[in-house]
Amino acid sequence: MFYDLLGVSKPDLVLIKEMAKPEVLSRSNPNDYFIIEVNHVSKRFEDGKYALEDVSLQVKKGEFVTILGPSGCGKTTLLRCIAGFQVATEGDILLKGEDITQTPPHQRPVNTVFQKYALFPHLNVFDNVAFGLKLKKLNSDTIMKRVKQALKTVGMSDYEFRDVDSLSGGQQQRVAIARAIVNQPEVLLLDEPLAALDLKMRKDMQLELKEMHKELGITFIYVTHDQEEALTLSDRIVVMREGKIQQIGTPTDIYNEPQNCFVADFIGESNILSGTMIRDRKVSFCQKEFDCVDEGFGENNPVDVVLRPEDIYIWAVAAGKEQSDRGPSAAAQSDLDPDDRVPKGKFTKWYGVVDSCIFKGVHYEMTVKTEDGYEFMVQDYHEFKPGTHVGMLIKPEDIQIIRKEHYLYNYFEGEILKNGKVRFLEADWDVNPSDLAPFAAGEKVQVRVPFREVELLDYENDGTLSGEVHYLLYKGNHYNLTIRTDEGHDIFVNTNEVWDHGDRVGIQIAPESILLSKLEDAQTKG
Amino acid sequence: MKLFNIFNSRRTWAWPYVLFLVLFVVLPLLLIVVYAFTTPTGSFTLRNFMQFFNTTEAVNTFIYSIAIALLTTLICLLLGYPAAYIMATAELKTPAVMAMLFILPMWINFLLRTLATVELFNMFSIPLGEGALLYGMCYDFLPFMIYPIYNTLQKMDRSLIEAAHDLGANRKEVFLKVILPLSVPGIYSGVVMVFMPTVSTFAISELLTRNKITLFGSLIQRAFGEGGLQMWNYGAALSLIMLLIIGLTSFFGNKDEQEAQSVL
Repeated sequence: MFYDLLGVSKPDLVLIKEMAKPEVLSRSNPNDYFIIEVNHVSKRFEDGKYALEDVSLQVKKGEFVTILGPSGCGKTTLLRCIAGFQVATEGDILLKGEDITQTPPHQRPVNTVFQKYALFPHLNVFDNVAFGLKLKKLNSDTIMKRVKQALKTVGMSDYEFRDVDSLSGGQQQRVAIARAIVNQPEVLLLDEPLAALDLKMRKDMQLELKEMHKELGITFIYVTHDQEEALTLSDRIVVMREGKIQQIGTPTDIYNEPQNCFVADFIGESNILSGTMIRDRKVSFCQKEFDCVDEGFGENNPVDVVLRPEDIYIWAVAAGKEQSDRGPSAAAQSDLDPDDRVPKGKFTKWYGVVDSCIFKGVHYEMTVKTEDGYEFMVQDYHEFKPGTHVGMLIKPEDIQIIRKEHYLYNYFEGEILKNGKVRFLEADWDVNPSDLAPFAAGEKVQVRVPFREVELLDYENDGTLSGEVHYLLYKGNHYNLTIRTDEGHDIFVNTNEVWDHGDRVGIQIAPESILLSKLEDAQTKG
Repeated sequence: MKLFNIFNSRRTWAWPYVLFLVLFVVLPLLLIVVYAFTTPTGSFTLRNFMQFFNTTEAVNTFIYSIAIALLTTLICLLLGYPAAYIMATAELKTPAVMAMLFILPMWINFLLRTLATVELFNMFSIPLGEGALLYGMCYDFLPFMIYPIYNTLQKMDRSLIEAAHDLGANRKEVFLKVILPLSVPGIYSGVVMVFMPTVSTFAISELLTRNKITLFGSLIQRAFGEGGLQMWNYGAALSLIMLLIIGLTSFFGNKDEQEAQSVL
């Protein structure tokens, strides 16, 4: 369904991608294959915070690579390191196999299109575009020819002698692109070039950029926070979060096979639920067992399950009939599914009542509450009014399984204090005296705190610690929050309460919820 | 209710200022014009101007004053631009403190500062004269040059500098092709703010040269202060000439600025 939104069918998109695929260079020197290599690059600022942490990325010649992530994820820093405006603290950056980590920007064969265009206001369109060529001391005929060609490429042929201030945002952006491509760079870096344009203009420019990329054959590295833009434009997407690369893959890979909850949540809409991998090809979530296609997650291991809202089939059932309709009963189902949209067969079904229904233009977006208290977001061309009893099913291949990074417990290293408290997370905590018995004062211990048992308080001063809601994920029937303490540590919390990103909270943990064990045990386990 | 309405209208609030402008700007200007073109008895004449152009000493003083003002402006620009540039672009930890330190002398009346300068020169037995005059003028008016340039440079979009680097410009080229042309408005404001007061100053020259050097401002001051009522008309004519010069500089300056922006 997502592809329908883009106006192309899935097979078409694959075809377009095939066409756009860069010609693979089969040169003897493998370094020629990658035009840009970023090897274990870190960027640390003076305050010790990392903008980039061990980032590695290879870009093929002629590829369109998009670096995607929320603001502050380090995507712009990475681009600026490639452009030369910032120097990596660690690691190195190669261009055509040559180390350019320390090369100043004016000596790199790369050009940048800036977010706010950065056109020189004292020069007209022609002189802006000719700026780089004039510095190279080319003769004026060549300059004239190349500037005209570049302006033609971006569709600004008749604007040569216009003042840049008299141009609209879209036109300025075209000039900025012309100014960069006229130098025939090896790599064109684009830093959110369309962010300042309105939606319609942005869509047009996206298509034009794609065309330009095909026409010019220049490698594009594109930075954006707009996931749809990334999916539309790129050969490959690099998803970043907090200075680290989360996943690199083609748009289809990233969308259909997200590697973690962050990627699943950031790209497109998704239902993310906690589940258990019973065995290969069998997963349970929402207290039901489902067939799936994933293997290698072990047996009875906790996993996260991602269901795209457009992959869930939905049909109306008579109220109260859920019980009898339970199980595969093709006849009962087709009565209520006159269009015959819902696939027949032995699929696990689950039931609920529509809670809300919003018209989104092409489709309707429904929130369905199950009797077990789970919430699902479902998208369908048909409207199901609030209060409608519905059945839902999903095909096994549409269930995406993600290995859980954190499960049930926070683990910290702590120290037993003389006063009967335990010190961890740079704070002193009360614990049950009986739990302390096996440990001596000064001993290092492992502290375990269940996600469920961390208490969040409205007033930050009421807690033993204070922090901020750093990330939140809705898991169908509860929220999984990451709280970042003021000291910079992360605590995971499961809660039914609704918090917002950026909320200030007090953090409290009851003595009985602080579980202590010997540090050696934990290390051997880990 | 009606009274309330009167005070509610914004036009009403403008009246005191209009009155102020008429009383203290328009009227004095008109008086200068009237005095410049009349004899002490009140009849129309061009004699006051003739007197100026026929006195070699007065014309020389006039030219000398303009030369001194231009030189002061040039020195201020050469000293002030780098200072403003460093403050605006170098990654100083306390650019605001630096900027304030440059402005700080302006908190003290310039006459006091000039008197202190005289004492300093005396203390080190440096003879007063043309050098001292230039020193004093630059010292007094340098902040007026630094501040507007600093403001323009500071407001300049840093990404323009990055864009120039990105397009292959080294540091020198970035400065000459981007930073300098874009700071022209600041340079212009600075030049006007230094040139205008220096061309008409008289106190600094009197104190720092012990009246050995007469500037055009002193000429006017003497006409009004020492010449008695008879000389007011001549003084008014001199003032009008100076006004004209200052007016012309700002007029050409405006034009120059626009041209400079389109040429560079």
